[in-house]
Amino acid sequence: MALSLTTSAKTARSGAAGAPRNTPLRRKQNRDRLRTLGFLSPWLIGFSVFFAYPLIATVYFSFMHYNQIKAPDFVGLRNWKYVFQQMPLFGPALWNTMWLVVVMVALRVAFGLGIGLLVTKIKTGVGLFRTAFYIPYLAPPVAATVAFVFLLNPSTGPVNEMLGWIGLHGPNWFNDPNWSKPSLVLLSVWGIGDLMVIFMASLLDVPKEQYEAADLDGAGAWSKFRYVTWPAITPIVLFAVVTGVVQTMQYYTQALVAGKLASGVSIGPGTVIQPGYPDHSTLTVPQLVYSLGFQNFNTGAACVLSLVLFAIAMAVTLLLMRKSVGLIPAED
Amino acid sequence: MTTTTLTAPPATAAGRTRDRGPDAARHRRKQILNWIAVHSVALALALFFVLPFVFVFLTSVMSDGQALSGDLWPTSWHWSNYSTVFHTPGFLTWWRNSLVYAVLGTVFTVCSSVPVAYALAKFRFRGRRTAMILVISTMMLPPQVIIIPMYLVWAQQFHLSGSLWPLIIPMAFGDAYSIFLLRQFLLTIPQEYIESAKVDGCGELRTLLKIVVPMAKPGIAAVALFQFFYCWNDYFGPQIYAAQNPGAWTLSYGLESFKSAHSVNWNLTMAATLLVMAPVIIVFFFAQKAFVEGVTLTGVKG
Repeated sequence: MALSLTTSAKTARSGAAGAPRNTPLRRKQNRDRLRTLGFLSPWLIGFSVFFAYPLIATVYFSFMHYNQIKAPDFVGLRNWKYVFQQMPLFGPALWNTMWLVVVMVALRVAFGLGIGLLVTKIKTGVGLFRTAFYIPYLAPPVAATVAFVFLLNPSTGPVNEMLGWIGLHGPNWFNDPNWSKPSLVLLSVWGIGDLMVIFMASLLDVPKEQYEAADLDGAGAWSKFRYVTWPAITPIVLFAVVTGVVQTMQYYTQALVAGKLASGVSIGPGTVIQPGYPDHSTLTVPQLVYSLGFQNFNTGAACVLSLVLFAIAMAVTLLLMRKSVGLIPAED
Repeated sequence: MTTTTLTAPPATAAGRTRDRGPDAARHRRKQILNWIAVHSVALALALFFVLPFVFVFLTSVMSDGQALSGDLWPTSWHWSNYSTVFHTPGFLTWWRNSLVYAVLGTVFTVCSSVPVAYALAKFRFRGRRTAMILVISTMMLPPQVIIIPMYLVWAQQFHLSGSLWPLIIPMAFGDAYSIFLLRQFLLTIPQEYIESAKVDGCGELRTLLKIVVPMAKPGIAAVALFQFFYCWNDYFGPQIYAAQNPGAWTLSYGLESFKSAHSVNWNLTMAATLLVMAPVIIVFFFAQKAFVEGVTLTGVKG
C-alpha cells in the first residue's frame, strides 16, 4: 500500500518537472510556489526585518556620528579609526574575548567529552548521575553567576572555607584580575550538561562491532579511543567547537554580572559603571558594544565594534564549517 | 541491577565464558576494580555539579549574620527568608513579567516556526539550500551585532522601549534555532505519511495540522521548552529594552538589582536565586525526555 503510493507520487513529480509548457501543470507550479512562500512567510519577514535590515543599518551607522538625539552625521572612517587607534578598552576587550573563546571552548569540549565517556561507562545509577551532571546547564545564567560569586567569595564563601580545611589558601577568584577569567571558566564548565548529552548520544551511536573487532586485535583502551571512537565522533566534536566559539563570542551576562557583583557596587542595573571589574579583566567585546551604544551613546563606535564581532564570528564559523561541510544539513 | 551487570559475561568475551579458573577470576576482579574506579570518579564529579545547589540552599535558610560567616550548615532554619523575598517590592511583578515573556514568546515561536520548518524539510523548491544556510547564519550571529539599529527602531518609531514587547513580537516571525531544530525533527517523518494524506485529499495546511504536527509532538515539545527557558533566562534582552522601567523587569534581570539592594544579605539573595532557578528545574523534571531529545537532536542528527 505504502509502496504503491510512493511510486505514484514519484511519477507525478517527474512528470511535472518534464513538461512545464502544459498549462495546468504550470498553474500547479505557480500554486506550489505560492504555497512555499506562504509557509515561509513568517521567516521571510523575520529575516528581512530583524536580521537583514539591522545588519545594513549597523554598517550605515558605523560611518555616522550619532548620539541618538541629533540626526546622524556622516564622518567617514572616523569611528573606525577611533576604535582601532584610540579607544583604550578595545585591546583588553578583544584580548579577553579571545582568551575566553580559546580556553573556555577547549575546556568545555574536553570535559564534555570526558564526562560523556564516563557516563557511558557507568553501570549503576546512570539516571541519577546523568541528572546531576545535567542540572547546572539549566540554571539561569544570572542565577548561576550570582551563586558562584557567593560561593567563590574570598572571605565569606564556602569554597575558600573548604579549601582552608585542607590547608590551602584559596585565591581571590572574581576579585583578582588573574583569577577572574578562570573563575568564569569554572562557572561555564559547571554548566556543561548540554555538551555531555550531545557527546553521550554520539558515543552510543558508535557501532559496537568496531569495538569487538578492536578487542580481537588486542587493542588497549587508548587505541580503541584513538582508532574507533575518535573518528566516529569527530563531526560532533567539530559541531561542539563551532557552536562553542559562536556562543563564547557573545559572552556577556555572566561576565557582566560577575564583575558588577564582585565589585560590591550596591547600585541596581541600568547604572553606569565601568564594566570589566577587576582591572577590565572581565570586559568582553559584547559588553563594550553595550557600554558604548547604550551608556555613552556613541552609536557609531558601537556599530564598528558590532561589525568587528560579526566579522570574527563569521570568519571562525566559516573556517570551521569548511572542515565540516557535512554539518550543514541542507541535503537529506 | 548491580549484580546482574557484574556477573553477566561481557558480550565481547562470549567465546571465553566456558573456560573457568584463574583467567575468569582475574577477569572478574578486573571488572570489579573497574566498576569501583568509574563510580568513584563519577561520584566526585557529581559532587562538583551538585554541591553549589546544596550550598545555595543551605545559605538561603540561614540568619542574616550567619550567611556572612562562611559557615556551611545553618544553626537555625529561617524559612521566612523565602516569604521576605516574595514580599520585596517588585519581586512578584518580575515574576509575572518573566511568565508573560516566556509563555507568549514560546507560543509565538512555535506557531511561526512550525510551518517554516515544514516547508524547509518537506517542500522541494529552488533556493532551499540557500534558505537553510541563511537560517544557520542567523543562528550563528551574536545578538549584539544588530541590537543598536533594532533598539532605535523600537524606541524611536514604535515607542515601545520600557516594555518587553520588542522581545516578544519578533518571535511571531520565526526563530532560527527553533526552525533548525524542528526541521531536523521533521526530516525523520517518512514522506509516505504526507503523500498518503495528500492522496486522501488533504491540503498542505490540513496535512501539516492533522498529520505532521501530531507526529512531531516530541520535537515541538523540545522547541517549546528551549524557548521557554531561553526567555526565562534572558538577561541581555530585558536589559536593552526594559532597563529604564522596573515595572517591566523580568526575574533574571531583577535578580542582580535584588543582590545590589540587599548587598549584605547573602541569605536573601540565595533564596531569590533559588526562586529564579526553581521553575526551570521543576519544568525540566516533568519534561526531561523531550528536553534531552531536543539537545541530542540539534547536536547529533546534523
